[in-house]
Amino acid sequence: MALRDLSSSLSSSSSPELHVLAVDDSFVDRKVIERLLKISACKVTTVESGTRALQYLGLDGDNGSSGLKDLKVNLIVTDYSMPGLTGYELLKKIKESSALREIPVVIMSSENIQPRIEQCMIEGAEEFLLKPVKLADVKRLKELIMRGGEAEEGKTKKLSPKRILQNDIDSSPSSSSTSSSSSSHDVSSLDDDTPSSKRIKLESRG
Amino acid sequence: MDLVQKQKSLQDYTKSLFLEGILDSQFLQLQQLQDESNPDFVSQVVTLFFQDSDRILNDLSLSLDQQVVDFKKVDPHVHQLKGSSSSIGAQRVKNACVVFRSFCEQQNVEACHRCLQQVKQEYYLVKNRLETLFKLEQQIVASGGMIPAVELGF
Repeated sequence: MALRDLSSSLSSSSSPELHVLAVDDSFVDRKVIERLLKISACKVTTVESGTRALQYLGLDGDNGSSGLKDLKVNLIVTDYSMPGLTGYELLKKIKESSALREIPVVIMSSENIQPRIEQCMIEGAEEFLLKPVKLADVKRLKELIMRGGEAEEGKTKKLSPKRILQNDIDSSPSSSSTSSSSSSHDVSSLDDDTPSSKRIKLESRG
Repeated sequence: MDLVQKQKSLQDYTKSLFLEGILDSQFLQLQQLQDESNPDFVSQVVTLFFQDSDRILNDLSLSLDQQVVDFKKVDPHVHQLKGSSSSIGAQRVKNACVVFRSFCEQQNVEACHRCLQQVKQEYYLVKNRLETLFKLEQQIVASGGMIPAVELGF
């Protein structure tokens, strides 16, 4: 059922599979996320940095990499804490690009820092996943993305909580640059003792 | 030892790793990702973890041995190790990293040295146990058997 819907909505893709670009500087995490996505019937491309991700997406201005752009990316999953370009900065660049802003971006982080999560959601992230990522997270994510590929109304409904947030906070993207000073090494975030689902999903909050 | 006994040994051994807190449910997640098309997935990921960790622990030793310790260098390494150990379910290593980071935050050199020793200890422990686990699995596979799934009710 979902695949039929997907193949009709992703008109530029000849295959019903989602093509996911996974960005993470950790070898271990890249291998795990790749397998999680493949086992969930996704095509996967992994890169080790935000810069490489931009190159792959054709945003680095280097037309020599145009060959890679033939494989349309349906979803970007990126780690937050990476050397060089952080996941947040990558998210911003993608959302600032007219060519790429429609691609859903999901942020992953091992740290449960509420301001960071909100910052990402405000900037347009689709979801924020707490690491370590589980199969259930990926399955849920896939469903979310496939549903989001349907009618525009569905998409608008899904996005409206984020719009409420944006209105409330009355901030432009530039003001969120202050949060870069918030140390990503916040040891008060005890992600270890979160027992149940570590999903952070603003839409599900009342 | 016949095949059934070997399989029971493996199950018991694996269970003990969970009961001792050396591994957590994330390791089970990895096992779920292994199948006939990817029969070595877990050992591949774990091997990557070992390679990564050896490198990080080496870098940490060097960083902490400097006359003036640069915590801006130390903390990212610990963060990385915390992340990868968490990703494979090496719970005790991860927990030791959490403690380590809090002392990095305080810039307490002596405590960090102790933390490094603790992390190393936990790392060598899980490395040793996992290597034994893989050997047991290999023996079973070599005897033509299947690796039994471990049901732990997580």
